[in-house]
Amino acid sequence: MQFLSKTTHIDFIGKRRVALAASGLLMIVALVGLVSHGLKFGIEFRGSVVVEAGFPEAPDLSEIRAGLSAAEFPEAVVQNFGSSRDVVIQLDVQEGQAGGAVRDRVLEILRMVSPDVTLRRVEFVGPQVGEELAEAGGLATLFSLVMILAYVAFRFQWKFGVGAVAALIHDVTLTLGFFAWVRLEFDLSVLAAVLAVIGYSLNDTIVVFDRIRENMLEVRKKGAEEIMNLSVNQMLGRTLTTSGTTLLVLLALYLLGGEAINGFAVALIVGVVVGTYSSIYIASPTVLALDITTTDLLPVQRESAEEIDGRP
Amino acid sequence: MTALNRYPTWKNVLVVAVVLVGIAFALPNVFGEDPAIQISLQTTQPLDEAAVDRVEGVLQQAAIGHEAAYLEEGRVMVRLPSVEDQLRALDLLRDDLGDAYVAALTLAPRTPDFLRSIGLRPMSLGLDLRGGVHFLYEVDMEAAIDQYLERYESDFRAMLREERIRYVSVSKDRDAVVLVLRSAEDQDAAEAIIREADPQLQIATGGSAERAELRVTLSDDQIRQRQDFAIQQNTVTLRNRVNELGVAEPVVQRQGVDRIVVQLPGVQDPAQAERVLGATATLEFRLVDENNNPFEAERRGRAPLGSRLYKRRDGSPVLLKRDVIVTGDQLTDAASGFSEGQAAVFVDLDAKGARRMGETTRENLNKGMAVVFIEQKRETIERDGEAVDVTRVEEEVISVATIRGVFSSSFQITGLDPVEARDLALLLRAGSLAAPIYKVEERTIGPSLGQDNIDKGMRAVVIGFALVVVFMGFYYRVFGLVADLALLTNLVLIIALLSMLQASLTLPGIAGIVLTTGMAVDANVLIFERIREELRNGLTPQASIQGGYAKALSSIADANLTTLIVAIVLFTFGTGPIRGFAITLSLGILTSMFTAIVGTRGVINLIYGGRRVERLAI
Repeated sequence: MQFLSKTTHIDFIGKRRVALAASGLLMIVALVGLVSHGLKFGIEFRGSVVVEAGFPEAPDLSEIRAGLSAAEFPEAVVQNFGSSRDVVIQLDVQEGQAGGAVRDRVLEILRMVSPDVTLRRVEFVGPQVGEELAEAGGLATLFSLVMILAYVAFRFQWKFGVGAVAALIHDVTLTLGFFAWVRLEFDLSVLAAVLAVIGYSLNDTIVVFDRIRENMLEVRKKGAEEIMNLSVNQMLGRTLTTSGTTLLVLLALYLLGGEAINGFAVALIVGVVVGTYSSIYIASPTVLALDITTTDLLPVQRESAEEIDGRP
Repeated sequence: MTALNRYPTWKNVLVVAVVLVGIAFALPNVFGEDPAIQISLQTTQPLDEAAVDRVEGVLQQAAIGHEAAYLEEGRVMVRLPSVEDQLRALDLLRDDLGDAYVAALTLAPRTPDFLRSIGLRPMSLGLDLRGGVHFLYEVDMEAAIDQYLERYESDFRAMLREERIRYVSVSKDRDAVVLVLRSAEDQDAAEAIIREADPQLQIATGGSAERAELRVTLSDDQIRQRQDFAIQQNTVTLRNRVNELGVAEPVVQRQGVDRIVVQLPGVQDPAQAERVLGATATLEFRLVDENNNPFEAERRGRAPLGSRLYKRRDGSPVLLKRDVIVTGDQLTDAASGFSEGQAAVFVDLDAKGARRMGETTRENLNKGMAVVFIEQKRETIERDGEAVDVTRVEEEVISVATIRGVFSSSFQITGLDPVEARDLALLLRAGSLAAPIYKVEERTIGPSLGQDNIDKGMRAVVIGFALVVVFMGFYYRVFGLVADLALLTNLVLIIALLSMLQASLTLPGIAGIVLTTGMAVDANVLIFERIREELRNGLTPQASIQGGYAKALSSIADANLTTLIVAIVLFTFGTGPIRGFAITLSLGILTSMFTAIVGTRGVINLIYGGRRVERLAI
């Protein structure tokens, strides 16, 4: 079975201006979403309150949830803790709201569910920890980009490095923009997913670059644009198959993985779709725009040939 | 030249060996876990078979059946059939064994004896999968420095007295200790003895002829040393306290410059854990100032020179001498119990403390001595319209007794309620914190949520995996089935590595495994598409296999290496959950490169290699 029985000849690179315009528009939309709405940060990033309560008999959690969301805590997370009679409630503290007031309000709601409830504990998750986490996440993203730029520049040529990073910035921005517009919670696992998107999309881009390099050194007569088109077409079967199987796994994660990995799955699904697109329409055209020529690759090729010889 | 597409024997042997070792290390994971109780000695000395017999005896008497009881690293591990039995057995064992033993709830793998005996263990599960408590503490560095300065303050006073240098005052002022002296000569003399005592201190002179000042500050090096010491000491103390709590497999680690992370798997009562971990309670012994009236001092709001005003538990004032006889740090052991019907803490002093205590009591027979209970509490106050966290020290006199005889190294303290006595004894045993700590983060996962996460995560992995396996089989036929075999092996190898490294598996870790499965598939897709291309270009089947693997290699290597870079960056910057993801991702990249390239080639070679092949099933 094969989706593409022979190499296609689609003029991807010729459409680069259309694609660039579309991407530019999407980037603007994403940025507007990020600026106007911002990301809906998860509990880890913004600090929160945890309330633990003990009931004489196992309470109905959905009743507590309904009570809390009817009050001003629609995002409260209610879980059993230790035994079925103990309940932990996690909620955000709005600015200016004192911890004590939140606790009393929650206790009031719990009393409506069962009059004999006892408050066991009130906990705060310090907001400064959240800020640091967000900072570390941003740093990690930036640092990954720099390292990737360096690696691709070393293995290929700096123009390819710029192309790869342009595609990655495109993917990260669109994925974040999606989370801002859809108001999905951006928690630690989503941050991990965004970083995985970087890895995945890079994978796609590198595979195409690798083929471009190979073709440039073999088919010297053709122009850069033609070689890129040829390479993208040659890799199309692989790109579709890999994206397809990855999406298959991600769909399983999304549908069956439960609440805790939902955000992770969504971020990766968006990232894989965007990443596949960008490896075709953003990465290579950027390299093209930087006036890539076959001679750009020659010294690097010599270097990498030595390296391969040196391998055990 | 050898035949095309044949592996040399050593390569085949290598593949088989890696797979077999992988299976062996992954094997302990298939047996699942039982609720269990782990019993160790308070002193952490190893237990022997007699302890196992004793535990089994207790269980037999109560007719609680157990799956197994055995020694593991000097601790007795008892596996029980259900959580109900586990809880019942825990109560019984705690009653029977008493205070000298620590009994903790845990989960124990059902690994058969023969695997356990050769040291093979299943991978451990993270807190999000097995339930437990995670605390992140910040060490109050300002307070650590303050304490240090306070010690200098009293040291300087003593030094000046000893050298007979008269002074107006010695006091702490923000980050410095300020000495005010009567003349320039005294100033020089004082400076000289301070320099001699600690050459690292920075001394600035100032003031006038009658009020000559010395401003002593710590050097940057000293501050750094002090902070390092505070955090190390606190880590040790927290570890001791966790051990006292009786938690199986706890984690106590420094994180960053001034934080300590504490993870207590399976802990059901975080409130108690917190009370013990975060507590700063300690004791001080001071003489009572009997020459002045405490009520008078309270009314004036000022204590006479050389004394400090304290409050008893009932709120009445009491004046104590400024000089401390013995502090909690000098206690070597503490146990709680009862004395004449009252809760009591029995304490032992170290040699220096005992000597000091002996001297003081001998010189002060029939005078009063007080025990001060000191606790540091963290609270938020409003300062200039902003909420600020400050550490407040709460000092309370728990008992005042008349010295009837000379104290030796052991004695008892009363005046606390039984719970306080128990907690205090525990805290004194575990050592005090060198600087106050406060919690900046807490994550708690109940066991029910943990199990739910495992079930859902595993189901998603299994189904996602199955979908990919079916697709590959259809799409690449024989080659696809070989890739499927490689995927399965990859999964086994990841689990084997996690078990070998004893790294804990978390929910994001599972996500990382899923992602590497996708990447492993990609490696094979790259190879197989390339083989198809070579076939389309008119190459022979054998040459196509050869060319496909060779030409896809650089793409696969580049793609995997860049992802590995991302994983390493994640590991470096991330904490907790992100690290879990980065670990499985890195391991998965390494194992998938092996299985998808070397592994599949080995099998393909076995199927097609070294013979005439008309067409490939691809």
